[in-house]
Amino acid sequence: MNQTVFAPWDDPAEKPLIRFENVTKRFGEFVAIDDLTLDIFEKEFFALLGPSGCGKTTMMRMLAGFETPTEGRIELAGQDIAPVPPNKRAVNMMFQSYALFPHLSVYENIAFGLRRGDMPKNDIDDRVGEMLKLTRLEKFARRKPHQISGGQRQRVALARSLAKAPKLLLLDEPLGALDAKLRQATQFELMDIQEKTGTTFVIVTHDQEEAMTVASRVAVMDEGRVMQVATPERIYEAPSSVYVADFIGDVNIVGGSTKPAGAGQYHVHWAEGQAPFMAASDRAFSDGQACHLAVRPEKIAISAERPSDAENAVQGTVLDIAYLGNLSTYHVELPGGQIIKAQTANTQRISRRSFTWEDPVWVSWTATAGVLLEQ
Amino acid sequence: MNRLSWFNVTSLTLGFAFLYLPMVILVIYSFNESKLVTVWAGFSTKWYGELLQNEAFLDAAWVTVKVAVLSSTLATVLGTMAAYVLVRGGRFLGRTVFSGMIYAPLVMPEVITGLSLLLLFIGIGLDRGVLTIVLAHTTFSMCYVSVVVSSRLMTFDRSLEEAALDLGCSSFMAFRLVTLPIIAPAVISGWLLAFTLSLDDLVIASFTAGPSATTLPIKIFSAVRLGVSPEINALSTIMIGIVTVGVISASLISKRNSLRQQRDEQAAARTA
Amino acid sequence: MQRFALIAVPYAWLLALFLVPFVIVFKISLSDIALAIPPYTPTLDEGFGPFFAALDFENFAFLASDDLYWKAYISSLRIALISTILTLLVGYPIAYAMARAPEEWRPTLMMLVILPFWTSFLIRVYAWMGILSQEGFLNQFLLWTGLISAPLTILNTTTAVYIGIIYTYVPFMILPIFSALDRLDGSLIEAAEDLGCSRFQAFWLVTIPLSKNGIVAGSFLVFIPALGEFVIPSLLGGSGTLMIGKVLWEEFFNNRDWPVASAVAVILLLILIIPIILFQRNQQRQAEADA
Repeated sequence: MNQTVFAPWDDPAEKPLIRFENVTKRFGEFVAIDDLTLDIFEKEFFALLGPSGCGKTTMMRMLAGFETPTEGRIELAGQDIAPVPPNKRAVNMMFQSYALFPHLSVYENIAFGLRRGDMPKNDIDDRVGEMLKLTRLEKFARRKPHQISGGQRQRVALARSLAKAPKLLLLDEPLGALDAKLRQATQFELMDIQEKTGTTFVIVTHDQEEAMTVASRVAVMDEGRVMQVATPERIYEAPSSVYVADFIGDVNIVGGSTKPAGAGQYHVHWAEGQAPFMAASDRAFSDGQACHLAVRPEKIAISAERPSDAENAVQGTVLDIAYLGNLSTYHVELPGGQIIKAQTANTQRISRRSFTWEDPVWVSWTATAGVLLEQ
Repeated sequence: MNRLSWFNVTSLTLGFAFLYLPMVILVIYSFNESKLVTVWAGFSTKWYGELLQNEAFLDAAWVTVKVAVLSSTLATVLGTMAAYVLVRGGRFLGRTVFSGMIYAPLVMPEVITGLSLLLLFIGIGLDRGVLTIVLAHTTFSMCYVSVVVSSRLMTFDRSLEEAALDLGCSSFMAFRLVTLPIIAPAVISGWLLAFTLSLDDLVIASFTAGPSATTLPIKIFSAVRLGVSPEINALSTIMIGIVTVGVISASLISKRNSLRQQRDEQAAARTA
Repeated sequence: MQRFALIAVPYAWLLALFLVPFVIVFKISLSDIALAIPPYTPTLDEGFGPFFAALDFENFAFLASDDLYWKAYISSLRIALISTILTLLVGYPIAYAMARAPEEWRPTLMMLVILPFWTSFLIRVYAWMGILSQEGFLNQFLLWTGLISAPLTILNTTTAVYIGIIYTYVPFMILPIFSALDRLDGSLIEAAEDLGCSRFQAFWLVTIPLSKNGIVAGSFLVFIPALGEFVIPSLLGGSGTLMIGKVLWEEFFNNRDWPVASAVAVILLLILIIPIILFQRNQQRQAEADA
């Protein structure tokens, strides 16, 4: 029944297209990549996500061949790629600056890679035509890069890097230079093209929304290490660490200690003299173990009265209200100073809004709404 | 947007008068009838006519142009290579010495450069002539070329070269197909600079030229030592004219190109 | 392999035609004059042992003992220093006015400053010969205005050398100062005036310090070439103007004393190393500040 679901990473028999094996990269004293192991599968749309300086660009440049690992091994389709120079790799890259050749037309930019091989002239022409069609650039073939808009340049860069039909396409912040509106439209276009061509895409981005939208799996990176690799849903709903939970989206983190309370259920003691929170967890915690409870703001309800059926409910006062149009975020201060963010959808006009500053309110959530984390 | 104060207007007027009046006077008096350079005796182009009859000057001019073309072309090739090595070469043995040798000739007094090259040519038994001047001029002007080209290379987006490699170019092909066409304007201005430096040079040419090859500046210098002459004024006027036309048209071309680029970019932004 | 050739070709060229010649100059400065071709001794024909044994510092001792050379070095330094200061005084107001000019004028003004640089140096110096001579335009003009009653002697004096140096090198002073002033944010001056400075105080306390790098760079660009100048003193200066470039030239071409000419060159180089290193430091600091 799972045949339509694309999840080669769950299949132990599947061979990865790319394998990083204990790869370390040092620049002098600086460790850019720290003993990293990672598999990427064919036809995946894989996102490397992290703040600047986390090593994601270094990983991409190692795949393209512009850097070599200090230690460890990178395999492409089972072959060690270390001795293969960039111009001999079946890997192409779309550069952050697009790196379009300013002295060549759009057509010549796309044909550039094809002309380096021994492809006959007619085939080159056909292939470039195909690429122009795919990226809807037919009208601009004769123009120079400075004669087209930013969005069109982005598509030229994509067409150029796809023209040679690489096994693997690397995209370095492909949408970074576009404005917010265009970026959203382009995200869907990218996914569409990836699906049509069946190419494996590896995208580097610092924009979590972009990574979540386009990717089949996301690797969250920090300081040269991979913190978690999972599908966007798992990254968001089941982060493996406080770092990941905090990096992706908005989250409430409450520190405390656990006390087992039946199968997969735990009490979280979070403040002296307060009733413990209830939390469900697949991961086992021992009695008195330090933990963090992570709850997304949209999973927290806010009400004037204590909800009768809530597994976790606690009273506080409204400290701040951030009105975001479609949503409002309430900052509620609990006894002891802990602040909880609760988000509600604004389905009614603002004049009917029920709470204001200093109002005493109840915040509540279910036992399965939060995630228990060790660190 | 800024209105110029009287002070600024005065300094600009006086400043540019100072820069240009001597040359203007020189040009005007090249059309003077009289042999006495400072007394105006009516308009005449006779000094130009005499100049064209003067075989010695014409020979020297021919040698000068030959030397300038050869040395600036050689200097452009070597200087571009040197610039590439400096900016992209990474680390190699003796890099500091190399960059020192690139920058030192720029601040070296010409008398020292000339003297040292002459001693070298004599030491290895090379007869002084066109070849030795070309060698000497190439050596100091390649340093100017490499400064011009390397400052362009430093602002060059390296990912363009990486893109070429990524798309299957060898590093030599990447240089030929991508880097060179893009830095071409800098290479051309390097060539022009080397060319004018060679045309102008008196001191180094005096040391390295032999009796068989005399350049125009050497000829002018020996004539001028005896005093001002209307023939030299005429010659100077021709040289000033060539340079002025050259520089002004070069700057007009580059201005037109940048305007066109700007217009294209605006048009592209509107259609987006 | 390609990379090796790329490095090796320009490297070998500069070694052979820049560094080796200096070693030769240094070697000859330690030799003695001889009535032979080449006119110095020893040469390597005599073998290595006697060759090194025959080298000595005699020429340097001679330079130190003959006060002609001392005076020439000191006079070169003085002329270079004074003309650098004068060039700064002439160049700064021009650069300042250019930076204050409407933005659309600035590229044209820049071009006008650079244009003379492309015209022959020799011709530009020559142009002043007709202006500064006894019956030259300057004297004619001053006589006409009645400021003087008899023509002044300017050509063949040190004053003419100053004028020549200022004239030919002022673009080198204007350009770095202009680029420093051009980048200067106009609101800084307004802020200074807002905080109570007078126009002049704002200029002295804000504009000058912020254009310091340009001033320093421009001064070195004038001082360094002025020190070894040959054409200007030989065309505009008379026999009373001592400059070391001219001394070296005469020692070589007129006296044919190659060893002494080489020794003069070695000392000039040693004197130049200090300002060159200072200049490099200034450029490096500026590059770091820009980065």
